[in-house]
Amino acid sequence: MGHEPIRSLELRGITKRFPGILACDHIDLSVGEHSVRALVGENGAGKTTLMNIIMGLYQPDEGHIFINGSEVRFRSPNDAFDHGIGMVHQHFMLVQNMTVAENVALGLKSSHKPFRLDLAAVRKRIIEVSERHELPVNPDAYIWHLSVGEQQRVELVKTLCLGARFLILDEPTSALTPQETDELIVKLQKMSQELSIIFISHKLHEVKSLSDTVSILRRGRIVFEGNTADHSSSSLAALMTGHEVELPRVEAATESKATGPGLLSIQSLCVLGDRGNLALDRVSLDIAPGEIVGLAGVSGNGQRELAEALNGLRAVESGSIDLDGIEIAGASAGRIIGEGMGYIPEDRDTEGIVPSFSVRENLVLKDIDDRDWSRGGFLRLGAIASNATELRERFDIRCPSTDTAAGSLSGGNIQKVILARELARGPKVLIAVYPTRGLDMGAEEFIHKQLLARRSEGVAILLISEELEEIMNLSDRVAVIYKGQILKVMPGKDATKRSLGLLMAGVADE
Amino acid sequence: MNSGSFLLNILILGVPFSVALLLAGLGEMINQRAGIFNLGCEGIMAMGAFIGFLPPYFLARTELAGSANLIGIVLAMVAGALLGLLFALVVVTFRAPQGIAGIGLQMLGWGTAGTLFRHYVGGVTGVPGIQPLPIPGLSKIPFLGPVLFNHTILVYGAFLLVPVFWYVLFKTPWGLKVRAVGTYPRAADSMGINVARVRYQALAVGGAMAGLAGAYLSLAQARMFADDLIAGRGFIAVALVYFGRWHPVGVMGGALLFSLAQTLQLSIQVAGIKFPYEFAVMLPYILVIVVLALVRKAKMVGPTELGKPFDREQRV
Amino acid sequence: MNKRGKLAYNAFIVIVAALAAMAIGAIILAAVGADILKAYLVILTEPLKDMIGITEIIVRAIPLSIIALGIAIAFRSGILNIGAEGQMMMGILASSAVAIALPGLPKYMLIPLAILAGAAGGAVWGGIAGVLKARLGVNEILSTVMLNYIAAQFYTFLLRGPMMDPEELVTGSGTPQTVRIPRAAWLDRLIPGTRLHTGVFIALGLAVVVFLLLWRTSTGFKMRAAGAEAKAARYAGVRVERYLIIAMLMSGACAGIAGSIEILGVHRRAIEGVTGGYGFTGIVVALFGGLHPVGIIPASMFFGLLLIGADMTQRLASVPANMVLVLQGAIILAIVSARQFMNNPYVQDRISRFVARLSGRPQPPVQPGPDASCPDPSDSIDPCLADEPDQNIEETAR
Repeated sequence: MGHEPIRSLELRGITKRFPGILACDHIDLSVGEHSVRALVGENGAGKTTLMNIIMGLYQPDEGHIFINGSEVRFRSPNDAFDHGIGMVHQHFMLVQNMTVAENVALGLKSSHKPFRLDLAAVRKRIIEVSERHELPVNPDAYIWHLSVGEQQRVELVKTLCLGARFLILDEPTSALTPQETDELIVKLQKMSQELSIIFISHKLHEVKSLSDTVSILRRGRIVFEGNTADHSSSSLAALMTGHEVELPRVEAATESKATGPGLLSIQSLCVLGDRGNLALDRVSLDIAPGEIVGLAGVSGNGQRELAEALNGLRAVESGSIDLDGIEIAGASAGRIIGEGMGYIPEDRDTEGIVPSFSVRENLVLKDIDDRDWSRGGFLRLGAIASNATELRERFDIRCPSTDTAAGSLSGGNIQKVILARELARGPKVLIAVYPTRGLDMGAEEFIHKQLLARRSEGVAILLISEELEEIMNLSDRVAVIYKGQILKVMPGKDATKRSLGLLMAGVADE
Repeated sequence: MNSGSFLLNILILGVPFSVALLLAGLGEMINQRAGIFNLGCEGIMAMGAFIGFLPPYFLARTELAGSANLIGIVLAMVAGALLGLLFALVVVTFRAPQGIAGIGLQMLGWGTAGTLFRHYVGGVTGVPGIQPLPIPGLSKIPFLGPVLFNHTILVYGAFLLVPVFWYVLFKTPWGLKVRAVGTYPRAADSMGINVARVRYQALAVGGAMAGLAGAYLSLAQARMFADDLIAGRGFIAVALVYFGRWHPVGVMGGALLFSLAQTLQLSIQVAGIKFPYEFAVMLPYILVIVVLALVRKAKMVGPTELGKPFDREQRV
Repeated sequence: MNKRGKLAYNAFIVIVAALAAMAIGAIILAAVGADILKAYLVILTEPLKDMIGITEIIVRAIPLSIIALGIAIAFRSGILNIGAEGQMMMGILASSAVAIALPGLPKYMLIPLAILAGAAGGAVWGGIAGVLKARLGVNEILSTVMLNYIAAQFYTFLLRGPMMDPEELVTGSGTPQTVRIPRAAWLDRLIPGTRLHTGVFIALGLAVVVFLLLWRTSTGFKMRAAGAEAKAARYAGVRVERYLIIAMLMSGACAGIAGSIEILGVHRRAIEGVTGGYGFTGIVVALFGGLHPVGIIPASMFFGLLLIGADMTQRLASVPANMVLVLQGAIILAIVSARQFMNNPYVQDRISRFVARLSGRPQPPVQPGPDASCPDPSDSIDPCLADEPDQNIEETAR
């Protein structure tokens, strides 16, 4: 294991294929000393794959990697660690029911003595690193006790303990509040004086504030490389997508027709989480017909539990949920569906569709007992088929045939299937949870247009999202959830990044 | 028979009866900690019982007779490890669903043991087996002596393995890897740990233990081999591990509990209490169901990824 | 994947499984010093040599197919029923009890009643496991296996005690069996001199019923959804727990019917050993048949052949009949491995390239870009343990 600093990391002609997909197409990338490089691209552009190749998790089909001018081959993450490369993944690679020290020990081969795990040595190293870089961590804490920000710190300390002199960060701020993000950026700026950093992000304002240089990846190829300072966010966005993108904004739409009492009225709702804690603490919210209410908040503050409770998938401890005059708190999922609730769930692959069922079967999944789709208990296959053909047309679902398994479609098309199904039922209320997560801008645009269209038809929409842009663009009113409580509800035009950011971090202003 | 000696009888029988469950359970604990549950345990035990039985049967009149038992035990463990590796091939490399694959392995093991038995041995024959080894001095203690210190060497060994397995699982690097691989294999993979290799190793260990448990049954407990020797103990061992919360002490407690249910049946007969034989035999099986029903879903004390194959290429 | 591709896919898996199983079987055969070729020849061809052999194959296939149909219902609904042995026994007990208790009834009433009783007995026994899983989250493989052992003891108890033929007590031979069931309850033999009985029509009828149920009714739709992706089904308003129980009731009922028909058609009294491992063989038949009636019918014939053949090898090639268990176990391992292996997108990619090259068609294009697609799963359920651990964390017990 060399201790010499990494003065340059160079990728030449890196190509990686997966079945049917070219994830990386002859990529050239070079990063010098003490620099912060942003790697930017839409979802699915190939960024994570490329980083996994650098980390030795994937082997490139073609191409070479050079460190300080000499070629290296990484057959496993161990090789990458030995050369001083470390990565903090988007989903933390921490074993929850082990301590910080045990997690670090997993990678710290020097602590693997023949019949003994030398945790004392690991602890020592952690404290050393943590003091040196001012990243306080407690080696004996269990991971599941720590907050998201603390866990990220553990990840950073871990990579540094393993000897990283070159740091790769994959979407480091995706689970942080704006304030935590600012703190992280300061920390990274300081670290960049000793290490080189590549970070992956699709948040252009972060790219602007942190990086020196930026590489843009589109469909597996580097389409641009240059100094960050020389470009604006919008020109970077244009380079990312290949065309000018203007997301629909609610201002462009008509004034909200919202009048009168809420179509969906949530009163003092208390719901328990999986650990027996109070996930929702007296939540009250009203959504009027023809209105989009955006619920902003860092993931994990009760959004999932709220969506589940509203749809009969989680028990309600106390409080009421009124849907157009009918009390549905504690009702079964089937009944709530019948009362006119539409739901676009968070996990499209496992909650929104049955992946092995065909597209046409998924399109009638919720209403299979309806007179339209079955008579006397027997399925009306012809009606189901023609329904699918029609919806496929209307929603532009790209699939070889409506008989194809829904799970084999791309993420955007799966979401369209879900959307088509929900909207074709003519719901009174629609709950959309992170609807555009992981989708490219084209799909995002489509979904936003659909939501706005429903809004003008008088549907009451609850939009739960982490993307502040999305919330600010689409919502008539914005609510912020923090630790299970609605801190504030404000009109859309009053919502700014700063005000939302503070609320998301729990700072309620007077 | 008075109640005191009735109780004593149960305990005296209970300790050695629990050994097969304990050995198989410790092995299965390692499997499950690594994220794999092996229902084929029953079949591996059958093979272990048969292979362990063979050397004493064939070598009885030769000069190797003295070490025949030891040879049997070693061969049984090797056979068990090989079957464990076969299972690893199916569920780790081919990523087949573990439940059904386990049943397949059980049928394979059971059928092979039965076929070879019928061919090479034929009828039900006994072997001298392993004799009890009372510990001098300690075995004379009233009440505790016969219960704890008058057993075969395998019994002592099995209980000594409990702290050994505790140490291996919680204090060694390999144990750390096993636990990581069963809880968050993706994290282990990202740290350069070969998830597949650790799982193969775990299954080999689990298989060897199941083979040992089977050999114990044929050599030390029943001292013979028959088709129905295992009688579901392999499955009970798998259930045990859930019940024991994937911890060696819990597994030991579970093994003792289930064996007591079985010895209760024997003791009832010995005591002459009027109770239908078949219902008494049912007891351990009913107990398993009751225990599984009452044990609240373990809120992840143990392996969160139990039962799920690991695929690096799978999108998160 | 289109319909033709799916058929080829399933056929391929079956062939691979059969070959792999025979390879493993060959190892064991070698270990017993048997003539491997002769043994396989006997197993596969000997039973086909005369009418008795062929009808015996069908006689075996009848209960196998019915049990396998029940197992297909369960597996496709997401619940792994390993308890067909016990459910069959309970069905036999209920059926025999009813038939013996009502000797005066005419045939057209007694037979349906007896079979219904058998269905009820099996259903109840299966339902126990279903309720345990749905309400208490008890792993159904473990509970059904335990219930098998319990049922076996109960069966023996009744046959040696309350339900034993009084004749046996008088003559002192003590064979655990019931009296002969009344003539009115017998299923007629179709071909004189053979044991082939009218139960074959029941089996075929059930195959049609199961097909219609699973693929043509809304109930079957919901059951398959629950089995394929329980979460999504729940989100769609399907009461997954309820359908788990329903599936186990139906599955147990099938095993009970199979047992009942065996008694009414073949043995005409309840005896020991009548289930003869059908419960487990039924699982293999179900998997081999792709969990679909169209595959199960031929699969049950094939395994009927194996079972008879195995009996014959004992006589003709001195290979113990247990051999068939070895083959069954090997087939299960091979099928689940092959299916999973074929589901791997890399393998599918290689194969489609290979096929394209062979047939001269253009290679499928390698596109740049958006997120990877999931592999195109076959229509069959992936029998995974549905016991999904909570994602929640608690202190490790030390």
